[in-house]
Amino acid sequence: MQEQVAGPPAAKVNNEPEQSFDLTVNDQKHTVVGTFDTPLLYVLRGELQLYGPRFGCGLAQCGACTVYVDGKPIRSCRMSVGRTVGHRITTLEGLSATYHGAGSNESAALHPVQQAWIDEQVPQCGSCQNGWIMYSAHLLSTVKQPTENQIRAALTGLKCRCGSQVAILRAVRRAAKTMGEA
Amino acid sequence: MKQETALTQEITSKNRSDGFSRRQFIKTAGVLIVGFSTRAPRLGAFTRGVEDITPDYPTFDLKAVDSFVEIHADGTVVIKIGKINNGQGTPTAWGMMAAEELDVPLESVDVWFGDTAVTPDQGGTGGSNGISAVYVPLRQAAATARQALLELASTKLNAPVASLTVKDGIVIGPDNARVSYAELIGDKKFNIKFSASAPVKDPSQFNIIGKTQPQRPEIAKVVVGKLAYTQDVQVPGVLHGRSVRPPVAGSTLVSVVGFNGDEPTGLVKVLSKGNYVAVVAKSEWQAIQAVRALKVTWKEPPSPVFPNGYDALYEYLAKTPPLATAKPLNTGDVDAAIASAARTITATYQSAFQSHASMTPGCCIADVKNGGATVWFGGQKPYRVRNAIADLLGIPSSKVRVIFYQGAGAYGSNDTDDVAAEAAWLSQQLGQPVRVQWMRDEGIAWDPKGPPHLTTMRAGIDSNGKVVAWDYNGRMLNGTQRAAGALIAGDTLIGQAMGYKPRDDAEHGVPAERYNFANKRRVSNVIPSEWAYQTGLRTAHMRDPNGPQSTFASEQFVDEVASALNVDAIEFRLGYLDPAVAARDINVIEQVRKAANWMSRTAPQTENISGEIVSGRGFAYQPRGDSIVATVAEVTVNRKTGQVKVTKFTTGQDCGLVVHHKNVTNAIEANLVHSMSRALYEGVTFDSKNVKAVNWVSYPVVDIKDVPEVTAFIVNPDGKDPNGKFIPPSGSGEPATRPTAAAIANAIFDATGVRVRRQPLTPQTVLAALKESGKAI
Repeated sequence: MQEQVAGPPAAKVNNEPEQSFDLTVNDQKHTVVGTFDTPLLYVLRGELQLYGPRFGCGLAQCGACTVYVDGKPIRSCRMSVGRTVGHRITTLEGLSATYHGAGSNESAALHPVQQAWIDEQVPQCGSCQNGWIMYSAHLLSTVKQPTENQIRAALTGLKCRCGSQVAILRAVRRAAKTMGEA
Repeated sequence: MKQETALTQEITSKNRSDGFSRRQFIKTAGVLIVGFSTRAPRLGAFTRGVEDITPDYPTFDLKAVDSFVEIHADGTVVIKIGKINNGQGTPTAWGMMAAEELDVPLESVDVWFGDTAVTPDQGGTGGSNGISAVYVPLRQAAATARQALLELASTKLNAPVASLTVKDGIVIGPDNARVSYAELIGDKKFNIKFSASAPVKDPSQFNIIGKTQPQRPEIAKVVVGKLAYTQDVQVPGVLHGRSVRPPVAGSTLVSVVGFNGDEPTGLVKVLSKGNYVAVVAKSEWQAIQAVRALKVTWKEPPSPVFPNGYDALYEYLAKTPPLATAKPLNTGDVDAAIASAARTITATYQSAFQSHASMTPGCCIADVKNGGATVWFGGQKPYRVRNAIADLLGIPSSKVRVIFYQGAGAYGSNDTDDVAAEAAWLSQQLGQPVRVQWMRDEGIAWDPKGPPHLTTMRAGIDSNGKVVAWDYNGRMLNGTQRAAGALIAGDTLIGQAMGYKPRDDAEHGVPAERYNFANKRRVSNVIPSEWAYQTGLRTAHMRDPNGPQSTFASEQFVDEVASALNVDAIEFRLGYLDPAVAARDINVIEQVRKAANWMSRTAPQTENISGEIVSGRGFAYQPRGDSIVATVAEVTVNRKTGQVKVTKFTTGQDCGLVVHHKNVTNAIEANLVHSMSRALYEGVTFDSKNVKAVNWVSYPVVDIKDVPEVTAFIVNPDGKDPNGKFIPPSGSGEPATRPTAAAIANAIFDATGVRVRRQPLTPQTVLAALKESGKAI
């Protein structure tokens, strides 16, 4: 008989107590209950039904789960919900308001990056596009007319398995032009 | 949990007309709909079944108009298609085809697709047939419907059919008398079969197909996070499952030890059968934590089941007697021609295992109850996987409903069939709906892989420098060890862990080029790999099955022979293509040569080599079915590191009639980037015990820093070949993947004078080849 082998070392059972967290997501207040270390992604999707951010890797290696915390893109699959209390969280669903202003009549309109994505018909399956849109919009909010190298540097690390990157680059250039003319 | 999502909305009586309500199964509709107007899609509400006993879902007659076309009282035209959208936007093209033949506005069309209870079984999506296999039946259905409507209008308007015209769904008769399709048939069935006499439009009459480029409606939803993917489907009371994989391939389960007495919060149950182990919890994060904390012991196999890495694998492929050898495709007598040749050239090529590594790992939700199953599924073949699920659950497949929701681009038989089977089995055990989403390591290490190839090529040259013999001999693992769309329990990973065997029907693949060498042989051998059952090295279709591997060998070897004979690589190819049988091939090649500003050369630029970074360009072409693609790759090679960077692709594709130009050029571009990623980076690493590629670091893929400039164009989009023959749509989902790796390898040769015959063309592999030839610095 073969020697028995142990499986991979099992993690310690994590039964930390549940707490209540007050979150500000897309300018709305929510109270959720869970453990401090629950990744923000599972709270956004599982509790708040915000499906813009998607699970791609759970390792902060692909960007599909990207949201803004205080206006900066982060990977919500590796961000503990407990750490986001007191900070502004923005998902793809709230992106246009960051451009047009939450109270403006245009708040229902698309962010120019989203419009450029439609104009260029960027996505193939679309599973990854949240990350590309969120990072592109952030780039264009900080650099008005980015160079080709600046665009690629801002988007490096994001993954797309369908190969839509050529269309993505076209759309970012288009959005930069639109925003430059606005 | 909120309950107001689309899935739980009741269909209102307003949405359900009497004409269709006889079909009770519609009450459980959950079909994915692409509509072209801003109004809500017709019948767009989703409900879940409330029946005590699952009905036998109907089979739809593939020759009946009602299987494909419904016209509603409000003028909405519903088109039902048994294929899915893998990301190339096929539903938009289906809507265009229907609008074209029916003479209705595209805005009045809703497209339902990929729901086994609602749409006809068109065999699933694959083989780039999302358009080509719909083009004929959908247009025939629509044309038959149009003819029937004209006959109804003829009676109603008391005017002969020949006097009637149709515009925007309104039949117009003499004296401008009008009656709409909706008034003629709204909400009633046609009850007729396809009619061969119903006039289908000649392509010269098209106003929509190939003439318009409507936006894909789903993209407007993607950019705001509102397209429902399988990941997003909400089913009340759903539980979350995660599976446990053995740490060593081929291990058998000894025991599920448990959690050392400290039960995780939210745990519902730990389940196991055979070598399959899973945890089910109330929330997704609880399930992820519980599976990580579960202690399981395994027994290793008596000896390792995997070859110990690639050198061992290629030796295995070389030495193991084939499971099956395809009847060779022969012209003349290759052995005799090689024996008498003045000169022979031989080379061997290797292509690695590749992972579908879909962007989001497989995710499915299954609800098994009342003797039936409902499965929300993101893969390519809902109709096929329902059979595998039924087999695993021990229920008739007529009681299984599989509903496609958008998944990650599968690009073949990815992890989705496995996930669906796991969710279904867990739901059956618990009597509650269960959602299973694989983790990243499962999506890369445990999906069924694109198979490795070892290919030997030989050419015989006569004393005049003419090729007189051409010999392709491929040895590969089976491209359909997993059937192309799981059909039985044994086709799934969970099924294999429980002791079921896959069909493992041998599938062959050889190059499809049309070079007219006097003596030519193409042989394919499938090498057995039962050792891969239950493991992450079992094999299945991956985008353009066997195409990139066989073309990497054959189109690189063409280049090798051309170079050995001091002939320009494109000129050489054209010299062996006969305009009588390869006019389209020649046309595509010549157009790409021109677009790329191809510099004719008879030898690599070895004399120009100086410095660390050298550059070159390479060509490859290949048909895929009736589609033909040619690509020029321009590259730089770092002679110090072996790093290859593609700077530009120029690609032309003749894929017959093009329905939607923008969607096709976007698909060509995407194929190029995906196939470049596969060619340069993607080889699944493993040792004798396990797969080592588990995430985006250990399975690197293309980064946007390295995405080249792309010029992609369609050749003959109106479907007219150079001889005036009409070529219907022949597929764009995969063809442009095929020549890429060979074009890059040929460009590396042009830059360095060195052949790299192993893919992926990683820095290590390229540097080793450069060193061997003394070209590294």
